[in-house]
Amino acid sequence: MRSTPDKATDFEKTSKPALGPEHRRSFVIKAIALACGAIATLSPFAAGVWTYLDPLRRQSKASTFIRVVSLGSIPDDGIPRLFPIVSDRLDAWTGFPSEPIGAVYLSREKGSPQVKALSAICPHAGCFVDISAPSDCFRCPCHNSSFTLSGAMIQPSPSPREMDALDCQIDESGQVLVKWENFYTGIATKVPRA
Amino acid sequence: MKLQKKQIVSSNSIGKQLLDFLDDRTGYRGALHELLFERVPGGARWRYVWGSTLVFAFVVQVITGVVLWSSYSAGAQSAWESVHWIQHEMSGGWLVRGIHHVMAQAMVILLALHLMQIVIDGAYRAPREVNFWLGLVLMMLVLGMALTGYLLPWDQRGYWSTRVATNLAGLLPLIGPSVQQVVIGGSDYGHLTLTRFFALHAGILPGTLVAMLVLHLTLFRKHGLCAKQPIRKPDAMFWPDQVFCDAVACLGVLAVVLGVILLPALRAMLEGRPIDPGELGAELGAPADPSQPYAAARPEWYFLFLFQFLKVFEGWGASGEFLGAILIPGLTMGVMFLMPIIGRWNLGHRFNILFTSSLLIGIGLLTAMAYNEDYVALWTDSSSFSDVKDLLEKTGNDPKKIAEAFDSDVQKIAAFNKRSHRYESFLRSEAFLAAVAQASVDGDRAIELAGRPERIPPSGALDLIRQDPLTQGPRLFEQHCASCHSHVDPASAQAKTKMSKSSAANLYGFGSVAWMQGLLDPAAVDGPAYFGNTSHNNGDMVNFVKNDLADTSAWSSEDIRAVIVAMAAEANVYDTGIPESDISLIERGRALISDENRCGSCHDFGINEVNPNMAPDLIGWGSREWLIGIITNPAHEKFYGTQNDRMPSFGVTTDGAIPRLSLSQIELVVDWIRGQWYRSRSSNPSAHHASEK
Repeated sequence: MRSTPDKATDFEKTSKPALGPEHRRSFVIKAIALACGAIATLSPFAAGVWTYLDPLRRQSKASTFIRVVSLGSIPDDGIPRLFPIVSDRLDAWTGFPSEPIGAVYLSREKGSPQVKALSAICPHAGCFVDISAPSDCFRCPCHNSSFTLSGAMIQPSPSPREMDALDCQIDESGQVLVKWENFYTGIATKVPRA
Repeated sequence: MKLQKKQIVSSNSIGKQLLDFLDDRTGYRGALHELLFERVPGGARWRYVWGSTLVFAFVVQVITGVVLWSSYSAGAQSAWESVHWIQHEMSGGWLVRGIHHVMAQAMVILLALHLMQIVIDGAYRAPREVNFWLGLVLMMLVLGMALTGYLLPWDQRGYWSTRVATNLAGLLPLIGPSVQQVVIGGSDYGHLTLTRFFALHAGILPGTLVAMLVLHLTLFRKHGLCAKQPIRKPDAMFWPDQVFCDAVACLGVLAVVLGVILLPALRAMLEGRPIDPGELGAELGAPADPSQPYAAARPEWYFLFLFQFLKVFEGWGASGEFLGAILIPGLTMGVMFLMPIIGRWNLGHRFNILFTSSLLIGIGLLTAMAYNEDYVALWTDSSSFSDVKDLLEKTGNDPKKIAEAFDSDVQKIAAFNKRSHRYESFLRSEAFLAAVAQASVDGDRAIELAGRPERIPPSGALDLIRQDPLTQGPRLFEQHCASCHSHVDPASAQAKTKMSKSSAANLYGFGSVAWMQGLLDPAAVDGPAYFGNTSHNNGDMVNFVKNDLADTSAWSSEDIRAVIVAMAAEANVYDTGIPESDISLIERGRALISDENRCGSCHDFGINEVNPNMAPDLIGWGSREWLIGIITNPAHEKFYGTQNDRMPSFGVTTDGAIPRLSLSQIELVVDWIRGQWYRSRSSNPSAHHASEK
């Protein structure tokens, strides 16, 4: 009944038949074994990687002009004010009808019908740029990048470029339209994200 | 008696038989022996415990992580919501989440200790090079799990920090933008960012970590423990001597972790305050909102040095960011990978020790700098900068004027510039502290709203915030109303300056007894809080208050009080301020208001007849509908009509364009001004609704 370790070892010793001679076809067998194994494991892996990289093949929709606010809501005192960008948004499988998707600083000089639009996203690392009241400038709360109220860099600044200006239009009914775009951060040139 | 003994013996032998059978089929005794009876050269030592504590910490993370996983839902409308559920609703959820959160931080410290011990003992040298490299890979995996875990609650803090981290990943040469796109699951942050970060955090990274850990431990056993030289004591076995040290150390780690979680509870207990367990452990901020600035964004403390390091490269342009975020950290890791090879030279080992300790000291210094920059305002007296502030204000920060102020004395100017630089840092720190305080208020508010009896709507907790008058009212007011109106407690220190800058009434406490009292006060009605800075500053109302109301024979003080109370009752805002004893005056006040020889000669109160453009109607004055109406179109004949000063119509346009504010936005501002927002029972027990009185 009881099988001791010794007995088991004896059994292993005695019951193992000698290995057969190596055949010429063993190379073929090895090759086929490797190929089958590789195909079996690599194809699901490749399928997985292909699917995982799906975001690379997905183009985001082209940026469009979005109505932000009426011209009258922007005081003509040269001080930028923050306005939300409201638009339909698609987040993978969920569609959001008109919700805030970002924010833009709009400013207008005295008596001027021209509006200057600056993206509120810091070109350094993508934080949200604030207006700091005491020194009247833009300041990023993350790494202290500073910009003048017109968006130019105040040196020394960790930011590689000035704030990103956005294209701006005013339609016949006095509505301010802004071309909403995101740009790559941390580089000297303004490159829109695909 | 005899029989009993026999039974025990036989059951013993059955147990032994079973174990023998198990050992025969599995060989577990040999494996266990192999596992426990490892030789520890020179005996057990406390310095060898760090590896074991790390394995322990990882096991704790797996256990707590799986429990969290079973209640967590990765998705932009469910991540914050499910974490809120875990933290504030599940029994013990705060504890499991707290352990997971604090143990992650403990792991980072243990990693540093383990690495330091390995380097000092030279345990990376032949034949253990590969195991050292495996260790470095394990370290990066742990840091990767820390980074990905930070985003998962989908609160403002995690969201904005992760934006920065993934933007930095985008700086990798050639592959950066693609890596960024794959990691965040597209070009924007949302559902897929969460599902991908979760897959990394709970699948890919820990899976790889387990595989690497098995290799790490196998190689560790293969080479044996690298003993600290010189060996002074006889060898011992792993069991029980080293296991004792390891177990005590693991218990110590757990005690520290639990201590960190429970310390606030202990403090509250000592102070006799009640404490909600939801406040313990890991914090949960307001839900992530890409349209809402978050000035308190900081990475977890163990990544603060990298955050601070980026500030070092001020003025370097794009190359600075590449150096700070990619090249120098990359080279540092490169040198660490080369340590086993560098260590072959005579001075190499010393170099490695020096390199690792300077690295840790540098990290410590950068972290301290980051903390100092953020919190300096806590231990600096603002009055010490009053002279700098005055001069900056006087000169408008114009270098020429500053030079003039110091008679162009170069030394004095330099000293001033230094101090003004410090003043700026102080202001930045103050702004950061204010942002942290605001973030905490926003977070608490989100949690309060999520705890309503109706719970969170299917559109998610962010919608609760976006439809909350208390949160959105001040923001909308700041954007659309504050360029003319102030909203400041007249008793506060800044009231005077704030009101003097505004060109319309102060709306703080609008509709309350106190507000009405000011309006009917001859000394205040033409002040900046009411009509002082408007075109009505010498109008009929101001003249009426200054002349007619001052005539005590026509208006007794009780008459005026009755009008004030009746008006406040009309508005019926949250905090009307009508004392119990004055409720009886309401009817008398209503009669006075509609009296065609008094208020009713100009104002319509429903009963009397007046020229519609004379003055605003007072039926339902200050009520929700009345306020929505006046903001929508103040030039309507029910309100200021042709006498409207400069107030724009926010809700209607004449040319068919879309109005400045939507109805729901106007409602948010109105509800905020009237103090009508959700309050949980615990939020403000002393305040209660006027209509309940």
